[in-house]
Amino acid sequence: MKAIIEGAGFLTSVQDLGRTGFREFGVSTSGALDSFALRVANLLVGNDETDAGLEITLGGLQLHFDDERIVAWCGGEFNVQIGPAPLPAGHAAVVHPGEELKVGRPQIGCRAWLAISGGIDVACMLGSRSTDLRANFGGLHGRALRDGDELLLGKCRRSIRPVGTTDRISSWTAPHDWVNPAKHNPMLRFIRGVDWDRFNASTLQRLTTESLAVSPDSDRMGVRFDGPELKREDSVDLISEAVAPGTVQVPPSGKPILLLRDCQTIGGYPKIAHVITVDLAIAAQLRPGDQVRFSEVPLAEAHALLVDRERQLELFRIGLSLHTT
Amino acid sequence: MNIIPLGDSALIVRVRERFEDAAEETLDDVLRTCQQLRSAAVPGIIELAPAYTSVAVFYDLLAAVKASGQSNRAFDWLSERIRAAVAAGADRGRAVRTRRSDARLVEIPVCYDAEFAPDLDDVARHTQMSAKEVVGLHSAAEYRVACIGFVPGFPFLTGLAKRLATPRRDIPRKEISPGSVGIGGAQTGIYPLRSPGGWNLIGRTPMRLFDPQKDSPTLLRAGDRVRFRAIAREEFNLLKE
Repeated sequence: MKAIIEGAGFLTSVQDLGRTGFREFGVSTSGALDSFALRVANLLVGNDETDAGLEITLGGLQLHFDDERIVAWCGGEFNVQIGPAPLPAGHAAVVHPGEELKVGRPQIGCRAWLAISGGIDVACMLGSRSTDLRANFGGLHGRALRDGDELLLGKCRRSIRPVGTTDRISSWTAPHDWVNPAKHNPMLRFIRGVDWDRFNASTLQRLTTESLAVSPDSDRMGVRFDGPELKREDSVDLISEAVAPGTVQVPPSGKPILLLRDCQTIGGYPKIAHVITVDLAIAAQLRPGDQVRFSEVPLAEAHALLVDRERQLELFRIGLSLHTT
Repeated sequence: MNIIPLGDSALIVRVRERFEDAAEETLDDVLRTCQQLRSAAVPGIIELAPAYTSVAVFYDLLAAVKASGQSNRAFDWLSERIRAAVAAGADRGRAVRTRRSDARLVEIPVCYDAEFAPDLDDVARHTQMSAKEVVGLHSAAEYRVACIGFVPGFPFLTGLAKRLATPRRDIPRKEISPGSVGIGGAQTGIYPLRSPGGWNLIGRTPMRLFDPQKDSPTLLRAGDRVRFRAIAREEFNLLKE
């Protein structure tokens, strides 16, 4: 009933789909930076979508279980192995007791989400098992995993049979875009931000025509960009109001920050843009040095893309239920 | 009232454009709007967060699409429902009106001893007062929580005596002890957690401002009235236990 963490890697934490309903108390959303990837991985192992899994940043994770579990992962281009056997993204696989599961460094991308049948059974705090790394609560002792940690696992809800070409790894999988959304120098689609009009035409043009370089001090709070600098027309102090994952805010330095799920609940910097929800999967894969381009879409298109993805996921759920007993 | 998209899963309801000129009325308006939206229970709305002049509304797009029966105009549909809820609330009159007198008063004990107040002398110098006068003014006023943010449970308090306004420190501290009371510009606040911060620290409370084990996890919420009571080190120690 346990996962034993032999090597915790660079930054691995327990995450589910995050906290809802506590923003008025200043509590961040937290949760998997690509919540869709975790939902898909959970479905692949027969879990509820809301079960907690592991978010792995830049790899280096090594663990084993003391009983038999089914696992699946989605995310960047990582080299994952069960013993000597490679496990591709988006396939469910059986892991026997004591067998070593190893997540190497990514070729492309930054993060991966590992679902384990039964889910990770840490205490639910404020409606979620997610680790809030900034406020230090939730997950395992409110912190990232360390070497030697042990995680309690839940009871498997339904058994899923990953029978396929081998008796270990499923032949069926989820769509490639879902299980492996990482791209080299990607394009992120956005809708106009609340403060779009505070920037002049040439600044706005820079945002949509130039590449922005991801800075090394990016983390779960946000992706910071080194340039180009986006200068504002006015210098009026804005009244703080809500920000959300996806918000692109521009501090006085002119270097934009794309907020992710550990971001504060309110902010006073002008919001130039909002990356659309379906593209946050790509944003979660950005790592220092990546070059990003931004392209504007209307709100209706962002909505249509999100509705369509949910419909596709509904079909996928039905398909998967054929493999479940 | 302005309604503006905050990305594709949230929107901002701007109740007023300014805050400082009429902080009390603005806060009351914002909290009332928040309450009206809460009781209207608009399908698809999953979370509300008030701050200064606005209420942020987070929605589940799929639920809103389902409830509206239209897949391509969720934002317009939600905006209409929000305007209707606020208008209906206003019609119902002043019965549901949140007024300052209705807001609860929370007293927060603060020890202003030098060991907890590394920036008290700087504030005194900047405001051209003695440290004692600074403490006297700070603990005499009644404040209101304009919003909670920055970190869980951090109250941004409005109502600081104008004479006490002191700019943030040039170089923020990397680590501030939980319970530290600070002045940042024209606002005062309390750091609930060990965190970085740039406000001038003038005291510390033994009270716990954030406890994630509780369903209502913060000591304070937006709209609360707050008073600081100066306490001695002995009482701080007692309360801390």
